[in-house]
Amino acid sequence: MATNAPPTAGDILESAESLRRGLDVSFRDEIVGAIYEDATAIARAAVRTGRRAEPTWDAKLDRILTSRIWGIPIMLLGLAAVFWITIVGANYPSQAIATVLFGLEDVAVGLFDSLGAPWWLTGFLWRGVYRGLAWVVAVMLPPMAIFFPLFTILENLGYLPRAAFNMDWLFKRVGAHGKQALTMSMGFGCNAAGVIACRVIDSPRERLIAILTNNFVPCNGRFPTLILLGIVFVSAAFPPSVSTFAAAGSVLAVVVVGVLFTLLVSWALSRTVLKGEASSFTLELPPYRRPNVGQILYTSLIDRTLFVLYRAVIMAAPAGGVIWLLSNVFVGGDSLAALVSGSLDPLGRAVGLDGVILLAYIIAIPANEIVVPTILMTYTGAGMMIEIDSLTELQALLVGEQGWTLLTAVSLMLFSLLHNPCSTTIWTIYKETGSAKWTTIGALMPLAIAFIVCFLVAQGARLFL
Amino acid sequence: MTTKRPRSIRRRPLPIVAPGVPVYEGLRRLGIDTADWDYVVALAGNPNTGKSTVFNSLTGLKQHVGNWPGKTVARAEGGFEYGAKKFKLVDLPGTYSLLSASTDEEIARDFILFGRPDCTIIVVDTTVLERNLNLTLQILEITDRAVLCLNLMDEAERKGVEVDHEHLESDLGIPVIPTVARTGHGIRDLIEAVAGVADGSIVTRPHRIGGYGEAARSVDRLAAMVEAAYPGLPNARWVAMRLLEGDKRVERAIAGGELHELVEAYEMQPAGAGGTG
Repeated sequence: MATNAPPTAGDILESAESLRRGLDVSFRDEIVGAIYEDATAIARAAVRTGRRAEPTWDAKLDRILTSRIWGIPIMLLGLAAVFWITIVGANYPSQAIATVLFGLEDVAVGLFDSLGAPWWLTGFLWRGVYRGLAWVVAVMLPPMAIFFPLFTILENLGYLPRAAFNMDWLFKRVGAHGKQALTMSMGFGCNAAGVIACRVIDSPRERLIAILTNNFVPCNGRFPTLILLGIVFVSAAFPPSVSTFAAAGSVLAVVVVGVLFTLLVSWALSRTVLKGEASSFTLELPPYRRPNVGQILYTSLIDRTLFVLYRAVIMAAPAGGVIWLLSNVFVGGDSLAALVSGSLDPLGRAVGLDGVILLAYIIAIPANEIVVPTILMTYTGAGMMIEIDSLTELQALLVGEQGWTLLTAVSLMLFSLLHNPCSTTIWTIYKETGSAKWTTIGALMPLAIAFIVCFLVAQGARLFL
Repeated sequence: MTTKRPRSIRRRPLPIVAPGVPVYEGLRRLGIDTADWDYVVALAGNPNTGKSTVFNSLTGLKQHVGNWPGKTVARAEGGFEYGAKKFKLVDLPGTYSLLSASTDEEIARDFILFGRPDCTIIVVDTTVLERNLNLTLQILEITDRAVLCLNLMDEAERKGVEVDHEHLESDLGIPVIPTVARTGHGIRDLIEAVAGVADGSIVTRPHRIGGYGEAARSVDRLAAMVEAAYPGLPNARWVAMRLLEGDKRVERAIAGGELHELVEAYEMQPAGAGGTG
């Protein structure tokens, strides 16, 4: 600028404003690109790698695992393989555990009866509390005991940061922080942990987006539910030769839907209430490590399986009691369970579910792990005695007696994926954000989305199928 | 935009990266005593480059740890004396870049820009030099008073990575000192270079990034304006770039007159200072 008087601060800011308008949005990328180019050129001119000129094996592996073309397909295939192994393996131990545990229930009931215990005590303790526990163990333990070690192997190999690397551009694209790919991956373990992990995101706006959307990936507590539904319904709808693959595919599809919702909601938030630019960051890929067998077994079985199971069990015992009471306290000829689920039924039907499932979700707010056991107990609770010692019979109960369809299963999977976080996660959101407003949004927004999506799916399916 | 060559940088032989007793001739570590300093030196670098080891080998093990004003990020300070001059060393948060809005990067950027260090030591991991150069180049856009500390030379040697530090020096336009901070090798050369840059006896000619196409013209136009308003500002182009990107902090610095004070401070500094090169 060849003016005589030096430009004032105002002049400079004004010109910056007008010049900025003429610039491409990619201005920042161009500068970053120029820096990287120069850095590469300078380093190449000064560095000689003598003995190890060719790339190391891990560099080669990284090039494939984080490649633009292969990165995401490999990731999806890996996840599908994990689900498939879990599904194929889970049925056998489930059967054995159920036989033992429900056998024990009958023995105990017989013992109580012979001792002359009042019917309500026997019922509450054994048909209620104990059965709740038995259901949780029988239904949840097998998929967990197979899924968690597999997941832990992936984690210990150092694959998760690579998976995050594959997805970070997606998050930047929707106006969120790339590190959200990382906190989302943590959410697959536990949403409360994922919410805490959002601390790694410095910008408050992007951190809030990551916290509010963490719930859209299924946590360890919800995976068994999804896998179970995949086994019982999706695999049953296909010929035996491909049934397990179909089941694995359905769980994978749910995960993908979850990631899509994470992105969609992040995008919506960053365009509306949490407007702003995505900030950049550097993700350093840690070296690959040889997984340590002892550590994998410890982490997956003690830290994860037993932890989740313990949480489920301490929630299931009171829940089992509550369900028994609801099923056995009669008001005007109907049990409380029937009354409540009956009043919820129209709402449930509208979203492809039923009143019992919604009731189960209310009872299971403290822990998502117990949703399926709660549903089963409510169905079978009102004196109806059905011995269920395999997943095939489970299907017979749900399809035959309760009129479940593939739509019910799909709706339940979607609802399980999208609905409100468990109470632990809600509490964690409150602690992390310190805001009742954002905590309420974090709890109610997913619930609303779950209802809307399930409603649309159910109505669409009824319209076209 | 081509790379400018530095006008004059003292050459020094490669320090021997072998077992032996490191020499700290003329260095007095002052630990937490940072009173009456003559020069302020900033210590920047990526995480895991041995930055703290460099810090300790310069100041001794004691350091004054506080917080950056208004932030929860730890700030370590220490002192050393060399050639009858006292230096205050400020450890900046380890970052990969200075471009994002993260707290750490903001602190590092603000200190180099507004804290006016007489010299910035950029510690890099020689084994992954290319990656580390990204931060180096960004720092050189902000300040021309810098020294590159090629750390972890022993690991580089083990991995078969050889670095032509003289070539690097002429490309970057600042002194480049190979070191093994863990054993103290090269630290004396580092101090000498830092002292030279701080007192102006070593004149640097830092590399400036180029080749970002169409946008370069807008940057040049705005940089010319900034330069006209603040003659002697060593980083007018960087300020222009930040303004074009809409950096609120730099906008505030311009509107609030902070940048003006900065230039005045530069003018008051000893001979050889400033980016008039």
